[in-house]
Amino acid sequence: MADGAQHHSVVKGFIFSAVFWLLVGLLVGLWIAAEMIFPSLNLTPWLSFGRLRVVHTNGLIYGFTLSGIFACSYYMLEKLTRTPIAFPRLARAHLYLFNAAVLLAAVSLFAGISTAKEYSELEWPFDVVVVVIWVMFSANVLGTLVKRREKQMYVSLWFLIATVVTVAVVYILNNLAMPVNLLKSYSAYAGVNDANVQWWFGHNAVASVFTFPILAMFYYFLPKSTGLPIYSHRLSIIAFWSLVFGYLWTGAHHLMLTPVPEWIQTVALAFSMFLIAPSWGSVINGYYTMNGNWEQMRTNYLTKFFILGITFYGLQTIQGPTQAIRALSGLFHYTEWVVGHVHMGTMGWVTMIISASLYFVVVKVYGRDVHSVKLVGVHFWLILVGQLLFSVSLWVAGIAQGAMWKATNADGSLTYTFLDSVASMVPYWKIRLAAGTIYFAGIVVFAYNLVRTARPKTAAA
Amino acid sequence: MKLYENPVLLAVAAAVVISVGTLVTTFIPLFHPSTQPVSPLVKPYTAIELEGRDIYIREGCNNCHTQTVRPLRTEVARYGDYSKPEEFAWDRPFLWGSRRTGPDLARAGGKYPDSWHYRHMANPQGMFEKSNMPSYAWLAKRRLDTSASFRKVTVLGYGYGADEVQRQIDGFRSTVTAASYPSAAARARVTPEDLRGGITEMDAMVAYLQKLGRDLKEAARRESAGVRTAAAAEARNPYAGDKKAEEEGEDLYKANCRSCHGKKAEGGFGPDLTDPQWKFGGTDGDIFASIAGGRPGGMPAFESMLGKDRIWKTIAYLRKLGRR
Repeated sequence: MADGAQHHSVVKGFIFSAVFWLLVGLLVGLWIAAEMIFPSLNLTPWLSFGRLRVVHTNGLIYGFTLSGIFACSYYMLEKLTRTPIAFPRLARAHLYLFNAAVLLAAVSLFAGISTAKEYSELEWPFDVVVVVIWVMFSANVLGTLVKRREKQMYVSLWFLIATVVTVAVVYILNNLAMPVNLLKSYSAYAGVNDANVQWWFGHNAVASVFTFPILAMFYYFLPKSTGLPIYSHRLSIIAFWSLVFGYLWTGAHHLMLTPVPEWIQTVALAFSMFLIAPSWGSVINGYYTMNGNWEQMRTNYLTKFFILGITFYGLQTIQGPTQAIRALSGLFHYTEWVVGHVHMGTMGWVTMIISASLYFVVVKVYGRDVHSVKLVGVHFWLILVGQLLFSVSLWVAGIAQGAMWKATNADGSLTYTFLDSVASMVPYWKIRLAAGTIYFAGIVVFAYNLVRTARPKTAAA
Repeated sequence: MKLYENPVLLAVAAAVVISVGTLVTTFIPLFHPSTQPVSPLVKPYTAIELEGRDIYIREGCNNCHTQTVRPLRTEVARYGDYSKPEEFAWDRPFLWGSRRTGPDLARAGGKYPDSWHYRHMANPQGMFEKSNMPSYAWLAKRRLDTSASFRKVTVLGYGYGADEVQRQIDGFRSTVTAASYPSAAARARVTPEDLRGGITEMDAMVAYLQKLGRDLKEAARRESAGVRTAAAAEARNPYAGDKKAEEEGEDLYKANCRSCHGKKAEGGFGPDLTDPQWKFGGTDGDIFASIAGGRPGGMPAFESMLGKDRIWKTIAYLRKLGRR
């Protein structure tokens, strides 16, 4: 094996970075879920909802998801190219710089240093660091691919390449700004253009962080963990190119019925519908791979994560375009429905796939069996139930809220005040808090199981 | 296939493929003035309003409040007129938000007096028992830092000189600290004694909230008061005697006016526009006001459809007919 100890330590480092930021991000999430019900929990300025929500989203997108992506990418790169990482010392620097940056970035968001652009809130000096980190990662991805011994590049590697390119383009363009000083800048774009560029970024951050690299993991770790070859290579090629082409047109479906030019909204809606096809290409590829071997859902402790994960991906990619339809957007947008939607994607699809992939990688890089298969099952059921309860309750809440905003009396006047709609949300918010707690418990089990696998109790051994 | 064996080639191919949608939906609109029109009716923020806006950003208010009213019947009934692109010309970043945990604020300006905001920001549950908005009482306990204000408006290109920024700050301070300030009592109740003589972060926040949607509301009010008609009466046609504009005006006339005023404006369903008789006044300004705002007895308003420029061109054509 070409595996040296050095790069494995980077993979290990990113695995536990992912677990750490996941726990932190979810804890912040629980706190803000409680603040929705009990506003007195906004104890200090840095604990107020407006600042914490940003810590929650950024912590989980950048701290957790990117760590998971880096861990699995470095692992997959070496395996799929049968070549050691091109620049192992750069990868190590990447690990340290990344964690330092996430920590400092979290502190800056707690302090209210923010650009207000969603998922792009970090001020410009952090953007510069993010770009440096991304260059370090990209250099290793492309460098290793150029030096590779395996001639063919498997589909996971294309998704990785697409990730490297798309993140760079959307992140840099959306963050162009005019600095006032070190901690303050104003967007390079004004008003409607800023909105349009922002959601072009926002949606493609979803594509290039929550979709391409997660599909890369899915296409690699599903066959690896089941021992079954992927059903159709050709289908994955078609899905890849149409996904990469189609995603960039759809940002404005976040801006339906706003002052953004109508044609941009309509084009975004049309391409959103189009994206159902390539998204489901991957879903079908996953299901057909299992054909005749569905008993692995019971016998293989990882298969159920991948299959449920890709199922939520499938549901997510139908629900998303549906919400873009103007009539439905008019009802759902700005309500809890969208929050339910997002959390099906992140808690269901993204975290399911990363969880299973990390189990697989931990077992490989530590050369031991997983600490407890039973606990893997506990983890699975807790996050599944937690996520379903979370999303379903918020969908119901969103429909109720949207309907209350629209309700009119016989004379055309409004039936409910805004505050009526707030008060009616409280029961749903309580269910959401309970669901989030169940989910968090599952993640604690996950973290414990990974740590125990990496460091078995010597006394017990 | 070579493409699937060459990572650099694949990266370049991916870059090209993603750039198509990017170019069409974000890059090209960036260079279209119609995407973000600029209207003289919508004024940039004052230095104080901008500081308030920056506090709004710092506290992440946009995580719970939207700032765009959609063109839906119930939404217009709840918040006010739907949002227009020209309202956001000075907004960097935009603050439309994505979730309404609290109500939309695009039309908050002028809805309530300042005193309402002081009371509400300090203790939302004191005014609305079931509200889940955090208290921002501490904003009144912090002096507003205006040391970067001039630099901020300069970076944003608002066109104020250093003197003007200082004048805005001083003017605002004397307004909110005056004994005659209508919201003086509410302000004093939330502001610690040693800060009452200066500007607090809460003061700036209230100033910002009062600016939201105010310019268009005031324009509408002026319009209904007939101020626009009076202003138009003093106006002169920038295209007077311009041959090319007269030709364009003829086309505009044919498309919009002929059906009522006749082929050569000799009159029909509407009055003759070639004779020296004008029911509502014959100066350029009067005619502009008639076309732009309409007149009782059947003349519709054309301003929102044609815009100022094309109305003046139409008038240039009518003047040409009158000279014959």
